[in-house]
Amino acid sequence: MVVHRRMQVSEVGDVSVVRFVDRKILDEANIQELGQELFQLAEDDNRKKLLLNFVSVEFLSSAALGKLITLDKKVKARGGRLKLSNIRPEIYEVFAITKLNKLFDIKDDEADALAAF
Amino acid sequence: MPNEAWAWLLEKKVPSQWGAGRPIIDEVLSRLQHHQWDSHDVFGVHLALEEAIGNAIRHGNRLDANKQVHVVCKVSVQRIFIEITDEGPGFNPETVPDPTADERLDCPGGRGIMLMRNYMSRVEYNATGNTVVMEKERTKPK
Repeated sequence: MVVHRRMQVSEVGDVSVVRFVDRKILDEANIQELGQELFQLAEDDNRKKLLLNFVSVEFLSSAALGKLITLDKKVKARGGRLKLSNIRPEIYEVFAITKLNKLFDIKDDEADALAAF
Repeated sequence: MPNEAWAWLLEKKVPSQWGAGRPIIDEVLSRLQHHQWDSHDVFGVHLALEEAIGNAIRHGNRLDANKQVHVVCKVSVQRIFIEITDEGPGFNPETVPDPTADERLDCPGGRGIMLMRNYMSRVEYNATGNTVVMEKERTKPK
């Protein structure tokens, strides 16, 4: 059984919903570990639909954004779909400034995101 | 820089290891919160510090634990001044490509300086490119 230290994973139908353990995703070691856990999830053949719920995330640095971008590529390469939800305004502003709101499919809340798969 | 009555000053050197800047960042943010800076301003300074110190550690000093990152920070009621110097060879910040260009949107890196410039009032590099100065004036209450 895979043990996740940086995230919690639940299944809603055929969608794997990820919530983050850290409120502030900024420590480089934690970001590396989070990245590895997310990439492992994407590379599991049964997980083609991934939803990252940011409800508990208060801060993230550009290094974390980099992991999300790499995750998005991995998911798309396997024919899967990735969505993000529950991003608070200050964090969404970072996505907007960097124009990553054009790259990622971001929904207001988990219900909207699940319905959109 | 106007003649400022700085309420708090910090000058420290930290090794080029991940997490070494954390105590400094926490202390700076605590000072801003002590002066009741707006949460959006505090978020912006936090992000700028993470990016600038991270750049010094990763790009400037190439994670060489024998190299130090020199941090100077001054806080007043209205303004924050930050100076970060690494022991690397420097670089030309003008050569960093625009991370918002369509062809670069899916590149994992290259966004730090852009975020620093967006949240801080002033971001300037010295001629060598191994020192960055950032300043921010707090947002006036509405």
